[in-house]
Amino acid sequence: MSAEHLPERAEVLRLAQLSVSFRTATGLVSAAQEVTLSVARGECLGVVGASGAGKSVSFLALLGLLPPNAYVQGSAQFCGAELLGAAARALDRLRGASIGMVFQDPMTSLTPHLTIGKQIAEVVVRHRGVSWAAGRARGEALLTRVHVTDPGRRMGQYPHELSGGMRQRAMIAIALACEPQLLIADEPTTSLDVTIQAQILALLAELKREQGMAMVLITHDLGAVAGVADRVAVMRGGRVIETGPVGVVLKRPRDPYTRALVDCAPQLAPERAPMPDTALAGSEPPLRAVALSLTDVSVEFPVGARWFGRAARLSALRQVSLELAAGESLGVVGESGSGKSTLVRATLQLLRPTTGRVVWMGAALGELPAGELRALRKDLQIIFQDPLGSLDPRLTVGEIVAEPLLVQAPQLTATARAAETAAVLERVGLPARLTGRYPHELSGGECQRVGIARAMILKPRLLVCDEPVSALDTPTQQQIVSLLADLKRESGLSLLFVSHNLALVQRLCERVLVLYLGRMMELGPASQLYAQPLHPYTRELLGAVPIPDPELQPARLSRVLAGEPPSPLNPPSGCAYRTRCPHAIPVCREKVPAWEAVDGARRVACHRWREL
Amino acid sequence: MLRYALRRIGGLIPTLFVIVTLSFCVVRLAPGGPFDQEQTLTPLVRANLDRLYGLDQPLSVQYGHYLRGLLHGDFGPSLSQRDFTVSELIAQGLPVSVVIGLCAILLALLIGIPAGIAAATWRNQGADHGLTVFAALAVALPSFVTGPLFALVFALTLHWLPVAGWEPGAPRYLVLPVLTLALPVAAHLARLTRVSLLEVLRSPWIRSARARGLGGARVLWRHALRPALLPAVSYLGPALAYVVTGSLVVETVFGLPGTGRYLVQGAIDRDYPLVMGMIIVYGALLLIFNLVADLLYGWLDPRVRHE
Amino acid sequence: MSEAAVPGGLWRRAGRQLAGNTATRLALTVLILIALVALLGPLWSPWRFDQLDWQHLAVPPGRLAAHWLGTDRLGRDLYVRTLYGVRVSLLISVLASLVSLVIGVTWGAVAGFAGGRTDEWMMRFVDVLYSLPYLFIVIILTTLFQRGSIVVLLLAIGAVGWLTTARIVRGETLALKRREFIEAARALGLSNSSIVVRHIVPNLLGPVAVYATLTIPQMIIFEGFLSFLGLGVQEPHASLGNLINVGAQEMQSAPWMLLTPATFLVVLLICLNVLGDALRDALDPHER
Repeated sequence: MSAEHLPERAEVLRLAQLSVSFRTATGLVSAAQEVTLSVARGECLGVVGASGAGKSVSFLALLGLLPPNAYVQGSAQFCGAELLGAAARALDRLRGASIGMVFQDPMTSLTPHLTIGKQIAEVVVRHRGVSWAAGRARGEALLTRVHVTDPGRRMGQYPHELSGGMRQRAMIAIALACEPQLLIADEPTTSLDVTIQAQILALLAELKREQGMAMVLITHDLGAVAGVADRVAVMRGGRVIETGPVGVVLKRPRDPYTRALVDCAPQLAPERAPMPDTALAGSEPPLRAVALSLTDVSVEFPVGARWFGRAARLSALRQVSLELAAGESLGVVGESGSGKSTLVRATLQLLRPTTGRVVWMGAALGELPAGELRALRKDLQIIFQDPLGSLDPRLTVGEIVAEPLLVQAPQLTATARAAETAAVLERVGLPARLTGRYPHELSGGECQRVGIARAMILKPRLLVCDEPVSALDTPTQQQIVSLLADLKRESGLSLLFVSHNLALVQRLCERVLVLYLGRMMELGPASQLYAQPLHPYTRELLGAVPIPDPELQPARLSRVLAGEPPSPLNPPSGCAYRTRCPHAIPVCREKVPAWEAVDGARRVACHRWREL
Repeated sequence: MLRYALRRIGGLIPTLFVIVTLSFCVVRLAPGGPFDQEQTLTPLVRANLDRLYGLDQPLSVQYGHYLRGLLHGDFGPSLSQRDFTVSELIAQGLPVSVVIGLCAILLALLIGIPAGIAAATWRNQGADHGLTVFAALAVALPSFVTGPLFALVFALTLHWLPVAGWEPGAPRYLVLPVLTLALPVAAHLARLTRVSLLEVLRSPWIRSARARGLGGARVLWRHALRPALLPAVSYLGPALAYVVTGSLVVETVFGLPGTGRYLVQGAIDRDYPLVMGMIIVYGALLLIFNLVADLLYGWLDPRVRHE
Repeated sequence: MSEAAVPGGLWRRAGRQLAGNTATRLALTVLILIALVALLGPLWSPWRFDQLDWQHLAVPPGRLAAHWLGTDRLGRDLYVRTLYGVRVSLLISVLASLVSLVIGVTWGAVAGFAGGRTDEWMMRFVDVLYSLPYLFIVIILTTLFQRGSIVVLLLAIGAVGWLTTARIVRGETLALKRREFIEAARALGLSNSSIVVRHIVPNLLGPVAVYATLTIPQMIIFEGFLSFLGLGVQEPHASLGNLINVGAQEMQSAPWMLLTPATFLVVLLICLNVLGDALRDALDPHER
């Protein structure tokens, strides 16, 4: 059955009353219940919901890809043929040929010991019965189609030799190898950087437009759906709770859960009035004393150290200078590899800067004796990215939260410690019954609250947050950010908030610093930087943020820039950003742009900011 | 891949040098000399013997002599079997030991890896459970127990095979020693392969390969097997060390004219050159074998080559 | 998934898992029984391990009430000798495991925590020792120094066994050091030594306990192997290794002399392996 014989708008896939449950040691666990959905030719269905809502499971079930303990009921028809209960050989003829599938993590979803070329050609040879030479030729054409640069060389490379974005493109190329009638993309952008996410979504939108196949986009990101999907299905607890055209569901959700999802989705609001949380600090920050200052801080790592010969040096952070006032919040944004985490660790002296000074309340941290620095750490606390990994698995919640007191206030009695612990646990919204639990018994959000409690129990004056919510679900993200905003308002601490999520930074921070390859690109008050970015890179970052508005997002996607960050081991000369910059001119290659002050509060490093 | 191989080969020479030096120190620092047990020797004869073998010179000079000899492939004379040089003794015994050792490793690979694959493929079925129990038993049984037991059952009771002895070109003398050595190695390989294949089969890239419609056989052989063999390959080095060790027992139990007895007897007799020669030959064999295992690992996993 | 459902600390969880497994319980019971019998059994027997009974040479088991497991060529009671052998084998293996643990844990933890050049040199040293045919070194040590001395035997075995422990402990330490909770501890102002004591060591205990349990059977085999070659425990003292050695020489005429100690050894090894594997499954952090 080929696509040509189908009428326009014909249904390609139809799920009816599909239920999935897993047999486990504790009994039958239901994962999806009575899912009824359909996708037509040329249409993209977005399936959204929190993790564990049954999105992926439903589609893996129809492809027969669930583990053997899965129990599937109902019906799944592909072009009129029933898939559930079909023979393995029949399924194998469809999978990879008529139905292409793209998975979440391109690093682990590509076979590590086979080259990209072999993996693409293999699918073509298998389903089309052509020669290996023909398969490879088709593979190269496919890589070109998904905009992989230098496809001939990529064919001979292994997955680990490619960047994350390239790998995902390669996986899409494999899925497209036999011109499928249906493409299922399961969280295709989740493990990627914002800019690369936007590129992959733009590619999917383009493919949908030009190939005319049916597409299912499974995601937790409403912004992704808004840009690519025509219709949306919202899932919760294994059930579809709302379906409809994307404009209707995202703009006028009927179900309260959908409404909550839409409300808590990260919104980028450059044109709107400042969000309430931003407003609480006041749009005109009063003159405040400088609490923390970094001067020309650089961090270099030796890489590939050999026994003899010199190690190459990776410049993770280059000459970063900034000031943070007491009670101020500064956001640091950038892609992975931009030096955000290095900046955090250098600030707290968890990592010694190669050059430069970090001064906290007049004390140069790098020059303090070890004992004094340890005592000073009482004021400088940090929250980490991995909620579970930042808690010692052998200690209970109570022990973890009380540990800072043992270190910094050893004079306290056990009763006083217990009282303080209970108070701070209550403050971060953790019930007292969790005190005796171990980290692995908590959810991700609860773990992160424990991390916050541990940081807050010492009443620090600077709280550094290193991607504190990127490992959490969207609703949990919102709760944690609200908690941080409350804590900041109540205790007047300074906040250094690192994130790749620009929307979150906008909610929480008064000023924002943009980093690229360890270099400062732009710094300024959040309201101005978001509304009127000066640096082309800031513009690219803002353009890449998926916003859950189906009227704006498709157009935004079509303007996404190509290009990936170069290797930090071999950064471009002159302006680091010039290899991706659409406005690069010869001077950008030759000269490092100056860190220019603009209208007092803003700074930018670009040769052409005035003209652009 | 070639550069990776060259780098690994280049690393062999310093290691070998360290082995020579270290074993020279260990052997020489121990109390007692080669002629202590011969009480009939007059002090003069003893001194002459010492001079003849250079034992009266400072250790550093002896060490220099020894290294120079080694470069020409000369391990020196044996002090206990005075009509032979160490090289002659090793040349006599080594072929027997090497044949038995290699046969044991090959047999273990031929049994262990397919058994592991089969157990993983038919997971939790009769064959899998049987293999698990059998492997647990075989891993727990040391060769000095299985060797005599095999001899008792297959030779003394059933009379299928000879109890002991060696005849060049007669494979029936090989069967029991090889089986004794191969059994625990095969069991270990089977366990490693089974566990790692099960883990690989659960990996995202296997699901992704199945989603491309590649079919069970192709997914297993082309996408799952190579990474699943990595633990087994890492075990090859320790496996050879085990076989070498076990060969000392097996050669004693089955009366084989290998090199194992030289080591034990040489150590008891304080026959420095013989013991040194044995350590160096076996050390070099182990190093080369480990190198082969490393190269195999690099071929199986392209990520390793890049480090 | 089920991980979140299991409450309690690591050791409590592990204990519960071990207690719930029939094979583990059986192995533990048998092990304790053997140890008790080895310790107390000889007290009730009229024979001493080296006492000769000239009236009853090479009696098979079950023939005489006085020697229910038979006698050897010299008329020594095999029941008493085997139990004595079990005692010696267990003692040597436990002590040798301790020796190797102490050296290995210290070496590995220091290398892993220090990192950098120190780590590189320390581990390079281990690598070189690893590539030596280490058994040969032990053979040489045991023969060149005092042959048959239990102390030398113990030190020699222990000195070789620490290499693997050091590697495992170093690997675990390195992995721990990279975990964010160690960084969190530093950010709280803990000194390096407090971090090691409060966070690194407690998290190392699991893997070390597993490895120790799996080391003991290896040490038993090792001792048996040396004694079998005549390099370990010497006559008239008995260990399972030299009993099996004598038994192997006599197996044509008196197979029970081989089978009795061999059975004890095999049961002992299987029990220890079952326990070690179960403990690993219960404690291994990589499993969860």
